[in-house]
Amino acid sequence: MIGRRGCLRLALFLCLAVLCVCGSTLAQSGGELRFCLHSEPKTFDPLLVDDDSSLAVRYLTAGVLIRSNRRTQALEPELAESWKVAKDGKQITFKLRHGITFSDGSPFSSEDVAFTIQRLMDPALHSPTGDAFRSGSGAVSTKIIAPDQISIVFPAAVAGLDRLFDQVAIMSAHSPKKTAAVLGPFMVAEYKAGSTVLLRRNPNYWKKDSQGHRLPYLDSIRLDIQPNRDVEMLRFKRGELDLINVMDSEYFDRLAASSPGLAHDAGASLDSEFMWFNQVANAPIPEYKRAWFRSTNFRRAISQAINRADMSRVVFNGHAQPAVGPVSPANKFWFNSKLQAEPYRPVSALKLLQSDGFHQQSGFLYDKSGNAVEFSIVTNAGNKPRERMAVMVQEDLADLGIKVNVVTLDFPSLIERISQKFNYEAAMLGFRNIDLDPNGQMNIWLSSAENHAWNPQQKSPETAWEAEIDRLMRAQASTADEKKRKESFDRVQEIVADQVPFIYLVNVNALSAVSNAVQGANPVILAPQTFWNAERLTLNATVQASR
Amino acid sequence: MIVARKFAWVVVLAVCAASLAANWLAPTGYAKQFRDAPSAPPSAQHLLGTDELGRDRFARVLYGTRISLLLAPAAALVSTLLAALVGGLAGYLGGIWLRLARGFTDLFLSLPWLFLLITVRALLPLNVSPLVSVVITFFILGLLGWAASARVLSTSADALRNSDFVLQARASGLHGPRLFLVHVLPNLKPVLYAQFWISIPVFILSEANLGILGLGVAEPLPSWGSLLRELEGLISFREEPWRLVPLLLLIVVLTSFQLLLSNEEVTA
Repeated sequence: MIGRRGCLRLALFLCLAVLCVCGSTLAQSGGELRFCLHSEPKTFDPLLVDDDSSLAVRYLTAGVLIRSNRRTQALEPELAESWKVAKDGKQITFKLRHGITFSDGSPFSSEDVAFTIQRLMDPALHSPTGDAFRSGSGAVSTKIIAPDQISIVFPAAVAGLDRLFDQVAIMSAHSPKKTAAVLGPFMVAEYKAGSTVLLRRNPNYWKKDSQGHRLPYLDSIRLDIQPNRDVEMLRFKRGELDLINVMDSEYFDRLAASSPGLAHDAGASLDSEFMWFNQVANAPIPEYKRAWFRSTNFRRAISQAINRADMSRVVFNGHAQPAVGPVSPANKFWFNSKLQAEPYRPVSALKLLQSDGFHQQSGFLYDKSGNAVEFSIVTNAGNKPRERMAVMVQEDLADLGIKVNVVTLDFPSLIERISQKFNYEAAMLGFRNIDLDPNGQMNIWLSSAENHAWNPQQKSPETAWEAEIDRLMRAQASTADEKKRKESFDRVQEIVADQVPFIYLVNVNALSAVSNAVQGANPVILAPQTFWNAERLTLNATVQASR
Repeated sequence: MIVARKFAWVVVLAVCAASLAANWLAPTGYAKQFRDAPSAPPSAQHLLGTDELGRDRFARVLYGTRISLLLAPAAALVSTLLAALVGGLAGYLGGIWLRLARGFTDLFLSLPWLFLLITVRALLPLNVSPLVSVVITFFILGLLGWAASARVLSTSADALRNSDFVLQARASGLHGPRLFLVHVLPNLKPVLYAQFWISIPVFILSEANLGILGLGVAEPLPSWGSLLRELEGLISFREEPWRLVPLLLLIVVLTSFQLLLSNEEVTA
């Protein structure tokens, strides 16, 4: 006879056994994760990466000294145990981890870091990643202090210096495999042009989980090259793919309707949609229109007359938030929390216009010289959400008596008009921001910059507020003091909100899909949204068995 | 065949009448956005539901039909006249003129029209009203769409030039424009009609293609092209069958146009 205690033990044993069995079927090491790249990777050289597909491959294969945690947005030590940025922002010193080897077995040391930095800063290489480090004339020098310690010295202060190392894949100085020798969790095993990139786990990857198991858990990742989003969605629904990294709201809602557990809305992303007026002095537009566009009250009135809440709800089915300014609220550190999205205020907008001499007559708005207020908004053809936003702006401004003509152009024609010929009146585009640091926006805010869209390449700032933005942007770029930098950039955001050179419309949400087969996924707003923690993702055993 | 033609006439006339009466038949304007009801299913207020911006789809179908059905024949007329001028004259004159015209027509046909249309559209002034943009779009289609018809017409005119009755007219002292206008052109009429009727659906589809690329009629004005564009990404017809109405209308009208062609014109 089994006593009561015996029964209890037996029950406990059975429970444990069931849990173990369930655990082993739910998630386990091994298996192949599958998802799509939307274009061919242009390069496998991590220092030359400049496109989304190559970025994805680099993220999965590269070892970096410092990693920006995609969930917390905080910097975390990776190959560097610790680091220190000098007060003048010109020097950074790394203390490296011991006992790490590249995927081909060659050891990792400060020599590899020095080699990578020298190659990165080689002007002949034209590395897009290296451009972010160029702070002044003069060479970047590296000083190997010990096999596990290195200092890098820049000719001038580099703002947000440590965060930039998130993009720098450390390469081997001595390995005969060159760029194929990696320090990241996966390595490129096979590449079929136009078809797939197969990544296999790096057997020498240095990270271990809390129980001492070597990461990554997955055996491989298959990246299918598939530009067609319909096909991608179909394959995901069939269970042939495990992730969709970025989706638009239409696909998202369709998936959420059929499989609500698979669709993930991580909230407002860093990406913003905006419009602006052409303020270029010699643009081929009528003088009276240039006067409207250069009037702060006119720009403010247009901004107030646009119903951003409707736009978020109607165009993006609620998967967007009214935009506040150049920094999305999703950017936890740099967003100026004193600012708010411009509310829909058509009455106030009309008053502002009237204060500038505009008046309504028979349902139309006229300026003080009697010119009917009419302008065109150009945007790129084929981007449905953007076209719909333009039509909503058209309807909102019609309530004030403003006639808006929406013109969709093919992308090359649009870029030629807005950046070379300046033959347009207003434009609507989106800004895909992958950099949290405002230094990445220098080419937009400096009045001399090419991407200062409303009035680019000014020899000297044409307005006092642009001169002030120039000063503040240079000030934040020339110090390593994060507090001072934040103060300067907060002020830039306030000036932009006040002067409205860009009319920010919405921040689109980060939408993605993760199949039930994937365990440990935690989609975030920063790229790569779904596989930022790829080394810790697992697949359930049923899926593994079926592949 | 006669019954089918009569039926086709009834369909075309009914569709034209409905589109012309859009101001009275449509419950609202084609641009009015009911933002609280985007992508709504059919209801008493919106017979065919609303589009993604909450605009009444029934109103947009009626106004879009008016645009496409009025301007496509106009574009067809422009292209047929150009084809008659180039093809008819070249065929009538024969010899080097015919070879030159055929070479030019072949060259014209070999150009990548889609890219050329996109380029021409991009070169147009930006600040034009939607109505002007639609007229320009169809006018460009008419100007660029004459080559295939010209090829057919040049062959027909060439055959006529060598026919017995034209030789007899020449022998009677008839020459030049008078011979062309009195004897050649009237005999080209069936071919011209056929080319005209064939061009109408071609231009409707061309505008639809441009619309799918976002380069057709400017918003908020609807056309069959912009209405068909709504079908992009539609996965299940069963869920929202009312969205197929513009497509069905296009098929019915194009079929009717084909049925309107007489036997003689079909042969021509």
